[in-house]
Amino acid sequence: MQHGKYRFIAGFLVVPLALYAIFVIWPFAQSIYYSFTDWTGLSPDFQMVGFDNYSRMLDDDIFWKSLQHSVLLALLLPLVTLGLALFFAFMLNVGGRRRKNAAISGVRGSSFYKVAYFFPQVLSIVIVALLFQFAFNPSSGMLNETLKAVGLKSLQPDWLGDPDLALYCVMVVLIWSTVGFFVVLFSAGMASIPKDFYEAALLDGADRITTFFKITLPLLWDTVQSGWVYMGILALGVEAFTAVQVMTVGPGGPDYSTTVLPLYVYQTAFRDAQAGYATTIGVGLLIVTMLFAGIVMKLGRRERLEF
Amino acid sequence: MKVTETPPAVPAPRSPVTKTDAPAVGAARSSEGKVLNVFSHGVLIIWAVLVVMPLLWAVMASFKSDDSILSTPWALPDRLHFENWSRAWNQAHMSDYFLNTILVVGGSLIGTLLLGSMAAYVLARFDFPGNRFIYFLFIGGMSFPIILALVPLFFVMNNMGLLNSVHGLILVYIAYSLPFTVFFLTSFFRTLPTSIAEAAMLDGASHTRTFFQVMLPMAKPGLISVGIFNFLGQWNQYMLPTVLNTDPDGKVLSQGLVELATSQGYKGDWSGLFAGLVMAMLPVLAAYVVFQRQVVAGLTAGALK
Repeated sequence: MQHGKYRFIAGFLVVPLALYAIFVIWPFAQSIYYSFTDWTGLSPDFQMVGFDNYSRMLDDDIFWKSLQHSVLLALLLPLVTLGLALFFAFMLNVGGRRRKNAAISGVRGSSFYKVAYFFPQVLSIVIVALLFQFAFNPSSGMLNETLKAVGLKSLQPDWLGDPDLALYCVMVVLIWSTVGFFVVLFSAGMASIPKDFYEAALLDGADRITTFFKITLPLLWDTVQSGWVYMGILALGVEAFTAVQVMTVGPGGPDYSTTVLPLYVYQTAFRDAQAGYATTIGVGLLIVTMLFAGIVMKLGRRERLEF
Repeated sequence: MKVTETPPAVPAPRSPVTKTDAPAVGAARSSEGKVLNVFSHGVLIIWAVLVVMPLLWAVMASFKSDDSILSTPWALPDRLHFENWSRAWNQAHMSDYFLNTILVVGGSLIGTLLLGSMAAYVLARFDFPGNRFIYFLFIGGMSFPIILALVPLFFVMNNMGLLNSVHGLILVYIAYSLPFTVFFLTSFFRTLPTSIAEAAMLDGASHTRTFFQVMLPMAKPGLISVGIFNFLGQWNQYMLPTVLNTDPDGKVLSQGLVELATSQGYKGDWSGLFAGLVMAMLPVLAAYVVFQRQVVAGLTAGALK
């Protein structure tokens, strides 16, 4: 039986492991190595250049700009998204009072809201970005037409064409598409908080704001924290790349005002044919991601509560 | 048993039929409550409108003529311009993009679930040297930024002759879906009872047979959750195909839409673009409305663990 067991284990693991090693592990290992070379990606020849790419990166204005944008996204996006989601989830689960004879319940129509809010989450970020690109269109987009209709004709921002506004437009799109997910996630978390906590608070005369800050938020902290990490990784990674790449002029413009790190990696590698330098920026992105996750975990740990 | 003694201040939690209001909570706070009520209901409604409006607007625009999309964006269509839809489907190659996406996602979804559950089953149920190491090797993949691997991955695919091919894309999708799938299914297999599998083994079933005929059917709820998660992720994938699949005939839906948007920018066929967008939106939206519970459970399952 023992012999059969090991043959079985090996048989079941070999294909998944091989795929994973070839397409995930191996490229990752390689990318660290390539970051020390001057490889263009076009020819098979390259040389080791030591830390040249790294020192070049530290002198690269566009790198610092993209880093700044990425960090801004990683800080601001979770704050706004999770804040909105917490407020909505609280209203939908605990905000209602004296309904259905239960001490604690959501506001009227909460099940409808939960379904509707989740809609954007199932759509691809490409579709969402294209839709909003049209909404932001300065001459005939939905937003400026609406401004015209309500008599604010003089106020016709160039949205994605304005270097001061463009990054915030991208942010709005990412917030729009992810709030619903967190509303549902936090709702599930709130459902697991014992009802008698709320009933006790209610008897003591606590209002909704007190209830939220003294009961809901502390008991939900773990979920909020993993949401923070998730949202930050999303802002540093694929989703931000896609939104910027699809929506903005250039992409990354105007005047590098929306370039984020993953987009810069992509452009350096596949547009400028500097594969070696691109992986160096990629390593920079990896470090930023790790730092972000580490800091959030560390900050969050202090306030952990058990129930 | 103590029903009669329930204090009046807290209404009994489990009696949803009676509709009497419980007035005992102080009346002094009711005005504060009202202001807050109006405010919070207002915000909830505004957000619902913000979420639903763009989608409805896109559906509406897909039935309008180009002129009226640009000149009167908020007006209803004068008539239903179905020709937008057929133009997008045939001339803008939406039909090809759909077919490609279905092939790629179908293949990778089956592969992901099969390979993922095999690896997860072995990792969850058997003790062998290196078990922990392999488990963490898989889990670690969840925190890598994909973009970092993308440059070398491009050349790995190139050397293997897998660039611009459906099966190449399928293999990559599977590989990048494995970390979460293995993570989720390993913890799922651990929760399943061992007695049934042991009974099957006593009856003479091999390990392989036990897995496919006993364990896999029992793991169906977990497979559905993780399947939905992977389906949406793979259906909406954009970055991997953009880099690894540049053949114009092999484009998947998300690439095709971006292509449509860039080229339509010059031709000005906005109605065709909106028809394409709605076409790509509808299947997932419809699936979400029908399988709402499962979709939500599938998407949030991982984050709650």
